[in-house]
Amino acid sequence: MFGIETLTGNVQAAVLVGIVLTEAMVLYVGYGAMTRALGPSVKKAIGGE
Amino acid sequence: MFELFGVSAGLLGLFVAFGVLIGILFGFFGMGGSFLVTPALLVMGYPSRVAVGSGLAFVFGTSVIATLKHRDLGQVDYKLGVSMIIGTTVGLEVGKEIVLYLETLGLAGNIISVTYVLLLGGIGLFVTYEALNRGDGDSDGGVSHDVDADADIDADDIPEIAKKIQSYSLPPMITLRGGIQVSLWMVLLVAFVTGLLSGFLGVGGGFIRMPALFYLIGVPVPIAVGTDLFEIMFSGGIGSFLYAQSGGVDLSIVVPLLAGSALGARVGSAATSIVNEDEIKIYFGLMLLLGALAVAVRQAGDYLGMGVLDYVSLALILGSALMVSGAVLYSAVKSIRAPASAGSMAD
Repeated sequence: MFGIETLTGNVQAAVLVGIVLTEAMVLYVGYGAMTRALGPSVKKAIGGE
Repeated sequence: MFELFGVSAGLLGLFVAFGVLIGILFGFFGMGGSFLVTPALLVMGYPSRVAVGSGLAFVFGTSVIATLKHRDLGQVDYKLGVSMIIGTTVGLEVGKEIVLYLETLGLAGNIISVTYVLLLGGIGLFVTYEALNRGDGDSDGGVSHDVDADADIDADDIPEIAKKIQSYSLPPMITLRGGIQVSLWMVLLVAFVTGLLSGFLGVGGGFIRMPALFYLIGVPVPIAVGTDLFEIMFSGGIGSFLYAQSGGVDLSIVVPLLAGSALGARVGSAATSIVNEDEIKIYFGLMLLLGALAVAVRQAGDYLGMGVLDYVSLALILGSALMVSGAVLYSAVKSIRAPASAGSMAD
């Protein structure tokens, strides 16, 4: 998957860890922006306002 | 049927949902990743190497996200974190050596399981007992989740054992967040013992280290959580790299789990500022107790050769995780809806 099967040993391991790290950073930024945009509306909806 | 990365949409959805559940727990307590994911993957039929390696890679990704969040809130003590990493690394090595020695004697499996049950059950009982004995919700003996990280900590908020440990003034002394002064040797000793247990039991160790930072060193809960996550980020990163070298990290598991848990962690960490911590601690203690029971059931299954007990064990783990994350969500919604607390809920 992700075309990394051709890599070997340490390089493949480093790329795998790098992919997880990159996904984590992207999710942190993406969900952060989503929380800022939708957070107040969700809070209002839960609060029944 | 629709497939992505060679995995069915149903399985991807299951991983995302499971990730949300774990993320809520991780965001709220700063722990609970490895002891949920790895057993679940094992029961789903993944080889041990993939279950442990993918579990570690997932914990690594989740701890990166959670550490960034806690860093934004000023809840990571880097000096303490680095000292803990040193002590923990040595402890991990010693723990691993003990396991290898016990394996040569043929006793490793049983001793590890019994220790795991006693430790998990003991901490669960302790946390539940503590929470029940200050159920009036005041701050006597407890530390609020949204404490100001740089303010000096109130002496009444420091557990008695921590006060004793802080009283040993063996140089060099280090000053931690909250104005706590403690001998570096004491920090290294606590880190070594928690690392040893972590290496011996083969778990991330958040459920050991976070209470140890609070009860033994006296670090306020939010900083204990943030610093513990910082440390897990390193141990998870190194661990997943080592497993990835032998093909133990499966991205079709890690990617959807992480996508779900990142969302759950947002919810969990947002809940920390609005939920009564003591209320949740009772559920958390119960989750640890059920976790201990789950390990005992699995061990009994192995001993008796009853594979069905593996599923009972998994149901106990998932059920308790669902119960606690449900309690966090319920308490958060209740707090938002309570008119009296409306003024204190702003982010």
